[in-house]
Amino acid sequence: MNLTLKIWRQKGPQDKGKMVEYKVTDISEHMSFLEMMDVLNEELVDKGEEPIAFDHDCREGICGMCSLHINGEAHGPDRGITTCQLHMRMFKDGDTIYIEPWRAKAFPVIKDLVVDRTAFERIQQAGGYISVNTSGNTQDANAIPIPKKNADLSMDAAACIGCGACVASCKNSSAMLFVSAKVSQFALLPQGKVEAADRVRNMVAQMDAEGFGNCTNTGACEVECPKEISLENIARLNREYLKASI
Amino acid sequence: MSGFLSSSIARKVAMSLSALFLIIFLIIHFVANVTSLFSENVFNEVSHFMGTNPLIQFIVQPILIIGVVFHFIMGFVLEVKNKRARNVKYAKNNAAANSTWMSRNMIYSGLVVLAFLVLHFIDFWFPEMNYKYIEFLPEDPTRYYAELHHKFQNPLRVGAYVVAFILLALHLLHGFQSAFQSIGFNNKYTNCVKKLGKWYAILIPLGFIIIALCHHFNH
Repeated sequence: MNLTLKIWRQKGPQDKGKMVEYKVTDISEHMSFLEMMDVLNEELVDKGEEPIAFDHDCREGICGMCSLHINGEAHGPDRGITTCQLHMRMFKDGDTIYIEPWRAKAFPVIKDLVVDRTAFERIQQAGGYISVNTSGNTQDANAIPIPKKNADLSMDAAACIGCGACVASCKNSSAMLFVSAKVSQFALLPQGKVEAADRVRNMVAQMDAEGFGNCTNTGACEVECPKEISLENIARLNREYLKASI
Repeated sequence: MSGFLSSSIARKVAMSLSALFLIIFLIIHFVANVTSLFSENVFNEVSHFMGTNPLIQFIVQPILIIGVVFHFIMGFVLEVKNKRARNVKYAKNNAAANSTWMSRNMIYSGLVVLAFLVLHFIDFWFPEMNYKYIEFLPEDPTRYYAELHHKFQNPLRVGAYVVAFILLALHLLHGFQSAFQSIGFNNKYTNCVKKLGKWYAILIPLGFIIIALCHHFNH
């Protein structure tokens, strides 16, 4: 298939940036979206032009690095996938495809389609962990009885790969789905309950300090999340925060 | 506690609580208005009670006004903050693929409701305050029905009311269930809340529209 691509090009964090049009030809519908980007970059290198910078790593949907906003949606038009899992069969021959970086003040563009997502790292460092003594005397986790329902809900929340699609999709650039997943995965387990109050207070404070917007429950994050993290987690985050603060 | 009050979640919760308060108020207002379709006397009695009872006049009414003002101001504050969180817009944004029009445009449906409230205050509340507390006119427990009926003579006013209530319905279609989510209520009853919210968002504004139209066409 032959496609027209409109891609955001930005030389560096201070550059103004602009959309640039490219044509790609003979693209197989079996290619992943990133492979199509690889083909374009090889052509650009052959022509002596600067290739397009974009984030990618595992290319199997678990690392959360690929971060493209494609035709107005995070990770493109398919559901429950990352960009590396998006196939070109989702598009038609002759289509024009817009490719942009995540847009959020808290995720500044580093170059082209690459954004700085260390705001998520700082939120994690503020409390997204449990303090466990790993000296070798750690108790076997299976020795603590945990209701199956809570174990499943915790595992579902832990599926969050921190890609930032929730922020990119939200009209308010809110990070609440990410933070709620990280708070929930611990809050649901006995090991996480010990530090639950400090964790939720500190993570929400860091989230607000990073400049993410306020959640208005549009639900866009849940729809676009590659791991289909549920909005129930945001309600749990709200409950945990109220419990810890009042 | 100061960190809590300025946090994004506390703001969400404050918006929700003021919204739930206004949702309850709207039912009371609707019940009072609907009596005007069935009995002039009952409507006059209800209105006279609401307009003269000291508990309602000096405690409930100020709380209501504070609730309304708070909901609007906080709505604007959140809108400004949320706009700032994305300094560069997408060249192409297919928001309709992942969210409803109502959820994305609460500020605009809210602004129409605010404009309606200004008209509503000019129509009813200011004349009422003038009647009771400025001109100190004599109490007349039978005047309310005629005042209401007269207001709906003008088709432009009726049209403005209809448009405002359609926008209120759109506001409530998202706002009702959103208020529950924000206070952390998301459990096995959530589907019931969503259904209840849809019925509430459609029936209450529709009821107000029917009341306005009935009075208009009975002239």
